[in-house]
Amino acid sequence: MNNTFYGKLIFELSKEGRKGYSLPENKLAEYKLNDLPDVLKRQEAPCLPEVDEMTVVRHYTNMSNNNFGVDTGFYPLGSCTMKYNPKINEQMCALPEFTGLHPLQDEENVQGALAVYYNLQRSLSELSGLSEFTLNPYAGAHGELTGLMVMRSYHLANENPNRVKVIIPDSAHGTNPASAAVCGLEVVVVKSRPDGTVDVEDLKPLLDENIAGMMMTNPNTLGIFEHNIAEIAKLVHEAGGLMYYDGANLNPMLGKCRPGDLGFDIMHINLHKTFSTPHGGGGPGSGPVGVREGLEKFLPNPRVTREEIADDIYWYHIDDCDDSLGSISGFLGNFGVMMRAYAYILTLGKDEIKNVGPLAVLNANYVKESLKDYYELPLDGVCKHEFVFDGLKDKSTGVTTLDVAKRLLDYGFHAPTIYFPLLFHEAMMIEPPENESKETLDEFIEVMKKIAIEAKENPELVKTAPHNTPVRRLDDTKAALKQIVTYRELLSVDEL
Amino acid sequence: MNYKFFPHTQDDVKQMLDKCGLKSLDELYKDIPEELQFKRDYDLPRAMSEIEVRNFFNDLAMDNTALKCFMGAGVYDHYTPAVVQDIVNRSEFLTSYTPYQAEISQGTLQYIFEYQSMMAELTGMEVSNASMYDGCTATAEAMMMAVSNAKKRNKVLISETVNPFVTRVVLTYAKFHGIDVEFIEQENGVTSRADFEAKVGADDVAGVIVASPNFFGILEDYTGWADFCHEHKTLFIMNCPASALSVIKTPAEWGADIAVGDGQSLGIPMNFGGPYVGYLCTSKKLIRKMPGRIVGATTDADGKRAFVLTLQAREQHIRREKATSNICSNQSLMALFVTVYMSLMGKQGLREVNEISYSNAHYLANQLVKTGKFELEYPDKPFLNEFVVKSTLNIDDLLSWLNQAYAAGVPIDDDKLLMCATETVSKEDIDDLIEAINQFIEEGEEDNNNE
Amino acid sequence: MSKIIDGLYYSESHEFVKVEGDFGYVGITDYAQHELGNVVYVDMPEVDDEVEAGEDFGAVESVKAASDLVSPVSGTVVEVNEALEDEPGLINKDAFENWIIKVELSDKSELDNLMDAEAYKAFIGE
Repeated sequence: MNNTFYGKLIFELSKEGRKGYSLPENKLAEYKLNDLPDVLKRQEAPCLPEVDEMTVVRHYTNMSNNNFGVDTGFYPLGSCTMKYNPKINEQMCALPEFTGLHPLQDEENVQGALAVYYNLQRSLSELSGLSEFTLNPYAGAHGELTGLMVMRSYHLANENPNRVKVIIPDSAHGTNPASAAVCGLEVVVVKSRPDGTVDVEDLKPLLDENIAGMMMTNPNTLGIFEHNIAEIAKLVHEAGGLMYYDGANLNPMLGKCRPGDLGFDIMHINLHKTFSTPHGGGGPGSGPVGVREGLEKFLPNPRVTREEIADDIYWYHIDDCDDSLGSISGFLGNFGVMMRAYAYILTLGKDEIKNVGPLAVLNANYVKESLKDYYELPLDGVCKHEFVFDGLKDKSTGVTTLDVAKRLLDYGFHAPTIYFPLLFHEAMMIEPPENESKETLDEFIEVMKKIAIEAKENPELVKTAPHNTPVRRLDDTKAALKQIVTYRELLSVDEL
Repeated sequence: MNYKFFPHTQDDVKQMLDKCGLKSLDELYKDIPEELQFKRDYDLPRAMSEIEVRNFFNDLAMDNTALKCFMGAGVYDHYTPAVVQDIVNRSEFLTSYTPYQAEISQGTLQYIFEYQSMMAELTGMEVSNASMYDGCTATAEAMMMAVSNAKKRNKVLISETVNPFVTRVVLTYAKFHGIDVEFIEQENGVTSRADFEAKVGADDVAGVIVASPNFFGILEDYTGWADFCHEHKTLFIMNCPASALSVIKTPAEWGADIAVGDGQSLGIPMNFGGPYVGYLCTSKKLIRKMPGRIVGATTDADGKRAFVLTLQAREQHIRREKATSNICSNQSLMALFVTVYMSLMGKQGLREVNEISYSNAHYLANQLVKTGKFELEYPDKPFLNEFVVKSTLNIDDLLSWLNQAYAAGVPIDDDKLLMCATETVSKEDIDDLIEAINQFIEEGEEDNNNE
Repeated sequence: MSKIIDGLYYSESHEFVKVEGDFGYVGITDYAQHELGNVVYVDMPEVDDEVEAGEDFGAVESVKAASDLVSPVSGTVVEVNEALEDEPGLINKDAFENWIIKVELSDKSELDNLMDAEAYKAFIGE
């Protein structure tokens, strides 16, 4: 990343008649697209840029230089697990024998791809303690929706159509209630106790005959392990509900604990968090969903199954199951993302994967302990992969969490997750993944301390940060009011 | 513990534990009840070196067969220029997070703005979101958008000519979201106008979903359909493969309210089904009903033009269960993929891709008919790059015969095959395929003669 | 310190009602606009829609927050403040002047369930 702002749009580099492609000569030009009836043809060509190849390359290269990534520096982003994205994974997922496969090709020709799907699914089962997985969901939120569809299908199959309420803690990720709503379920909020864990006494009266289940993440969004989980699961199960595990916070569990062993029945995993696949500026992700034995028949179609055709020789099938909830994706999900995650699991293997959780948790506790004299730590004690500060300890300066976050950018760090969870006014949620070295964390700690001192001595400096980034703070209100979302609209206004 | 992804030395671990007042890593988990802890080794393979990982995938690659592709059905084998993958692999794009911190994410925000601009151009619509998972889920989101917009209507119609891979996803979302979906019948490969008018005329329909080209490759004529929908306060939703929109009549030209579909045809490799990119475009008036992210232009504190995520108050992290959708990501990197593709191809290149595909597909159709064993299922219907043939041959046997070298099409019935040709096949490739089919025919005739 | 006007009725979700004859003007309080920040959009019902006390009738959005509008009274919407469509920020300029909907009240006794200026002042702790 460099700090010189590039800022041009590809449309602004366009000149009529330039081109950046080459195609073979059309040897069958006697078949003319122009022969289509006029009523079916586009009347005016789309206004796409006309640019030569090198201009395209420079444009996007310069643009990329205004971007921060994991390869640039440290992301202390809570609940996002911004770990290193190994390069070997990128090379494996780009193998043409995989990328060139059409999803409807005959089974016989895609046995290698199906083996990856099947074996990744089995690995996730072993790591999570749930019996079967679908890898079809495209992202974490899509996994949540799929998992809730499994929950709903289970109740419908048991002739319990009135079980429509999903209990969600007030500290939960915003996607949980949104996914429940898309799935046609009602959200019931359960409160947290002062220590951040679910209030079991508040939960009990909510457990009636209309409960479909409960969604939880554990450790929760405050980085606290819900030590009452066994009791909560028992209560929900006794009330006829199912337990859903939001896998956003799975990373600290690796090596130490499995959701299936905690009493969860359904879960999703974010391959782009725990299993090292790149975030790609917002996607593509992958959100596999796992279920306890007995629920697998509800998983979405199509499914990948395995048949042993001779000793240790397997044949993989693409099947549909009649009891399935239906299909939630065109084909078998984001296959390219699965290739990367599987390469990651193979690289770590049984020997190393168990160190992921402990080292991530060590990093989080180290940062927390090093900064708690400068930032308000509402919940003391050992955290898991992440923890939350409620802003600066010294509130007299008027410097907010947003200001601290923006000032961090000046020092070459990404900001933490801010203003989430909603339980604290000035929340700042920090998660340092296991790949970060003590030296990197020490640098981050020093910078955080320095900002706390700046807040006292020169609050304006922090309030007007960032100062060294390609652009300064942006006018969000103007963007929302003007709603200029295309180049055509940009051309139509005199000034921004 | 020293491993290539873990920088912690024994000494680091000790110092860090000291800082936390702890003696061992196990103590970090002392709050987890013993009986809930996982105590054994995972039943997984041993750690592999990079050489072993590479060999492992190379071995698996040999169990796949890459074929000359005459298959479509929503996924098209278009050529990807070398530049595209190279740009997309830049780690500043690949390893970045969602652009919430706009000051250090202008690269991502700018290409999303370009993506939105290009998709709006292709569809002719006023606005586009920042992209969605795929064309199937984008269509399901459009359905939910129509119902939310209608407030008191809960029924959506979908044409029988829409790609069944799309329809089955729409039906799943509808079932759980509580939306009634009814089909509009097809007649001779196109959506029945009479059935459409009868059902929309009942004044209880929130939205109608149709496709062009439809599943059978046919370009349908929707003259007057949008007006009829609007007279009955119904949204007209069109599903179209993105690349084709550079030459065929656009959703905006047909008067559609929402345009959705898959952007895979814009040079994204077939990837065994994903990742692709779904697009969703609509009118300005419906922008707040639109799911997913949106990037808008604004200025920074120094007055410089810059870009930022906007209209976020519609989204799940603020609205929770009242959000327009549960979507909280976009297919950002794939949006970059198609943006770079469109930048290279420009309007002329996209047109040429479709012209060559048109020529190849029509030549292929002609040559198939010439074998005497195939006829076009819908001979009077115009198509672009995909069509249905009916055959007197046994389709299963034919496909098995061809499947060492060709993905020859998608069987859609015992005697029907959906076939496609793009610019990645040459005239010679088509002639070779026809020759292989002729050999199959001859073998069959010999077998018959021998019996 | 937020502005509070005597003679209006206030709800716990920070809407106000200004009664004129059989009609009530409903909007959000100065306190609410201050909490929300710059208002960028007001989602309003249509004329002739029915509203019910305690039920949502729309939403106000700022850049980073959104808040449902809960009707303090029941009745029929006879007018919506169209000026807010073009300039939602008017609410930040003067929340009481820039009401959101005008309702023909169907049950004036509902007003008894609302707070007066003094009670509202105590409620928001000012």
